[in-house]
Amino acid sequence: MTKWIEIGTLNDIPVLGSRVVRTASGDIAVFRTSDDEVFALDDRCPHKGGPLSQGIVHNKRVTCPLHNFVIELKSGTAVAPDEGCTRAHPTKVENGIVWLSVQTAATVPAE
Amino acid sequence: MLNKVNKQKLVVIGNGMAGIRTVEVLLDRAPDLYEITVFGSEPYGNYNRILLSPVLAGEKTVNDIMLNTEQWYEDNGITLRKGEMIEMIDRRTCEVVTADGARVPYDRLLIATGSNPIMLPLPGKDLPGVIGFRDIQDVERMVQASTNYRNAVVIGGGLLGLEAANGLMKRGMNVTVVHLLDTLMERQLDQVAGGLLRKSLEERGMVFKMPAQTEAILGTDRVTGVRFADGEELPADLVVMAVGIRPNFELARKAGLYCERGIVVSDTMQTYDGRIYAVGECVQHRRQTYGLVAPLFDQAKVCANHLAMKGFATYDGSVVSTKLKVTGIDLFSAGDFAPGADKEEIVMQDASRGVYKRIILRDKKIVGAVLYGDTIDGPWYFQHLRDGTDVSHMRERLVFGAANLGDGGHSGKNSVAAMSDETEICGCNGVCKGTIVKAISEKKLFTIDDVRAHTKASSSCGSCTGLVEQVLAFTLGGDYSAAPKVKPMCACTDHSHDDARRVIIENGLKTIPDVMKFMDWKTANGCHSCRPALNYYLLATWPGEYRDDQQSRYINERVHANIQKDGTYSVVPRMWGGVTTPDELRAIADVADKFNIPTVKVTGGQRIDLLGVKKEDLPAVWSDLNKAGMVSGHAYAKGLRTVKTCVGSEWCRFGTQDSTGLGVKLEKFMWGSWTPAKVKLAVSGCPRNCAEATCKDVGVVCVDSGYEIHFAGAAGLHIKGTEFLTKVATEEETLEIIAALTQLYREQGWYLERMYKWCDRVGLDAIRKQVVDDIANRKALFSRFAHSQQFSQSDPWAARAERGVDRNEFTPLAELELA
Repeated sequence: MTKWIEIGTLNDIPVLGSRVVRTASGDIAVFRTSDDEVFALDDRCPHKGGPLSQGIVHNKRVTCPLHNFVIELKSGTAVAPDEGCTRAHPTKVENGIVWLSVQTAATVPAE
Repeated sequence: MLNKVNKQKLVVIGNGMAGIRTVEVLLDRAPDLYEITVFGSEPYGNYNRILLSPVLAGEKTVNDIMLNTEQWYEDNGITLRKGEMIEMIDRRTCEVVTADGARVPYDRLLIATGSNPIMLPLPGKDLPGVIGFRDIQDVERMVQASTNYRNAVVIGGGLLGLEAANGLMKRGMNVTVVHLLDTLMERQLDQVAGGLLRKSLEERGMVFKMPAQTEAILGTDRVTGVRFADGEELPADLVVMAVGIRPNFELARKAGLYCERGIVVSDTMQTYDGRIYAVGECVQHRRQTYGLVAPLFDQAKVCANHLAMKGFATYDGSVVSTKLKVTGIDLFSAGDFAPGADKEEIVMQDASRGVYKRIILRDKKIVGAVLYGDTIDGPWYFQHLRDGTDVSHMRERLVFGAANLGDGGHSGKNSVAAMSDETEICGCNGVCKGTIVKAISEKKLFTIDDVRAHTKASSSCGSCTGLVEQVLAFTLGGDYSAAPKVKPMCACTDHSHDDARRVIIENGLKTIPDVMKFMDWKTANGCHSCRPALNYYLLATWPGEYRDDQQSRYINERVHANIQKDGTYSVVPRMWGGVTTPDELRAIADVADKFNIPTVKVTGGQRIDLLGVKKEDLPAVWSDLNKAGMVSGHAYAKGLRTVKTCVGSEWCRFGTQDSTGLGVKLEKFMWGSWTPAKVKLAVSGCPRNCAEATCKDVGVVCVDSGYEIHFAGAAGLHIKGTEFLTKVATEEETLEIIAALTQLYREQGWYLERMYKWCDRVGLDAIRKQVVDDIANRKALFSRFAHSQQFSQSDPWAARAERGVDRNEFTPLAELELA
């Protein structure tokens, strides 16, 4: 069952920008696209652990500030030919409120 | 399937490099627009025809040179009808007719029928054993002949003929090359280079008969020999005709399309029938026909754009360069090198080293280059040739190449061919030659961008770009052009940096979305490469009016600190002219203690760097520094960084002027300005130059009689001494000229282009004219600089520390307690 947590309002996140949600198991970057979609990823680039929340957001992607890896916001996978994946967390926006469902090792089915 | 019915039908005649490249670009631009059918007369997928020579020489196999497998056609929904010939184009019904009489309708037709080898109309030309050198079948026949026979004659001493001869020789045959003229490769080489080439091929065992005219091919059942106009006869079991190629446009001509030496096409690659396009060796564009691959790719791109109904691109011809694909022979030629009254030549010849270089100039620009033995700088000359750079300021050193222009940093020095696979090419990302070669061959890469994407080589600092381009040329076998004539800003657009600037000014565009809309950007919000560039152009064009877009700033400029590898930041307060006080130092020490800052370090620009600051501490750190009177040092900015000084006449027994005071004045006037890339200044108090002013973007060297202004130096990726701009008598003039120079750079430099690169591109003379000689223009530049400074000189740290600007950057959105 999905457990939704309220993390703030849509207006708290800049358009084409991101904010950080602190959790005990690490930071989560929450992104807002130009058409107000919201995505959340672990705030760690699969390449060298760069903070994705500090990157430039374009379309539905973010560029890591350390070495320009480009990551898909929806899936957390690196855009080819780069390889790697960071964990994505489901989000939803209802009446301007942003909800996050934090995926932990337990909630993500083992591969 | 309904979808498929609605698609337009594109038929491609010709399964070669030009046609398939067009299809590839088209699929990228408009994947769902067409239902595509490709007809190819050869029984293969698409292969790299340029690499037939290495296949013949036994250095590659046919599999190595396949570009698109049949699976690729299937994956992309393309119908490949290989081994099928098109007999006729019926323009009235818009159908092509195959040799079997099948009719296939088209909405758009692309003709890419390439060319045929010219077979000289000699007696005996149809004998078995007489062949051209054009396709895989020819290569197979040559390989077969080499196992059964001894003697080969190659007619034609051009690129193709020599490559064929080299291949046959490697397969153990005795090869004689017959050439009509007395210079080999006379279209690419002058007499001297042709002579050097002949000598080194002779040393390998190739025999030449030239000048010589072939009169007849002898034999009854099979070729047995060749007779020349002078009566001499040579025994031959194999004769390869490699005297040239002829555009193959018979099909087009029969269909009533206008043809001259090729199918005549417009700048959008359309024939006289607008529904029918043509690309590649079969076309004639602006009176030119092309037989090299780089122009074909340029054409393919334009054609695909037009087919995709994004009709802004036009093809305006190509300048081509050539490299001979004979292993161990370094030879490069580009442009026009025929002697002419309006041309000047720079020649360097070192016979014992086997090096010959000839650079041809016209009107201060490179128009041609012939290099033999040492071709490392070929791409560099070629780039200047295509860009039309004014090279007069480096004329005396030009012939020695980029490596000798003081540009001695981490760039190419060794011949790539001689490097081992373990040699590191890209020092930033640790990429070796072998890795790049492997990626190019296995992943079928063609461009420097492809190599960057797949290997990361040349993707960081870019100083190894020349080397990577050489590896590319070396692996692919040559004539892949280094870079498109006009470089697009990034993959989001086909427009260049200059285009974007011009459009912004001419159309009064004031936001990034407006620019992207106006210029048909291919992506919705651009990318990390073009957005910061556009943001800068708008900011520089409309000072005080444009609202800086924080989300289009790289993180360092957005949060006014430098991100480190662990996600913490570094903080560098400004120290005017490198001068500090006990109070400032105390404040810095207190801040370091209070916030547990792990590392405090002196920078190269005479300031102090606080490293390892947590992002959320930044506003408080700044607040404390502000209280001690310190402001941001913009150590993160594409803007004015530091003004390094020596102590000058105030203390130094050699000092001629107050260099420290002038440095502080310059910094106080110029801080906060945004520029295309970082700008570092220095002021030295005497020619001993302790502030190292002659390797800065702008450097002042004080002398007894005044101030020498130097600029366009660098001491990073590249080491380059500055150029002397002018000498003036007063501090006021110094300040005015430096501000005017910086403003010109702000208005002309491409985003991320350092001052020395800008100077290299637009030319020293042009810059000196505008900021030194033309005084009215200098004053206008100066006042534009001063105007924009009104809006940029407010401390970004104070804004964030005291007035809460961008507070959301420094606080988490939420803190979750998770079970």
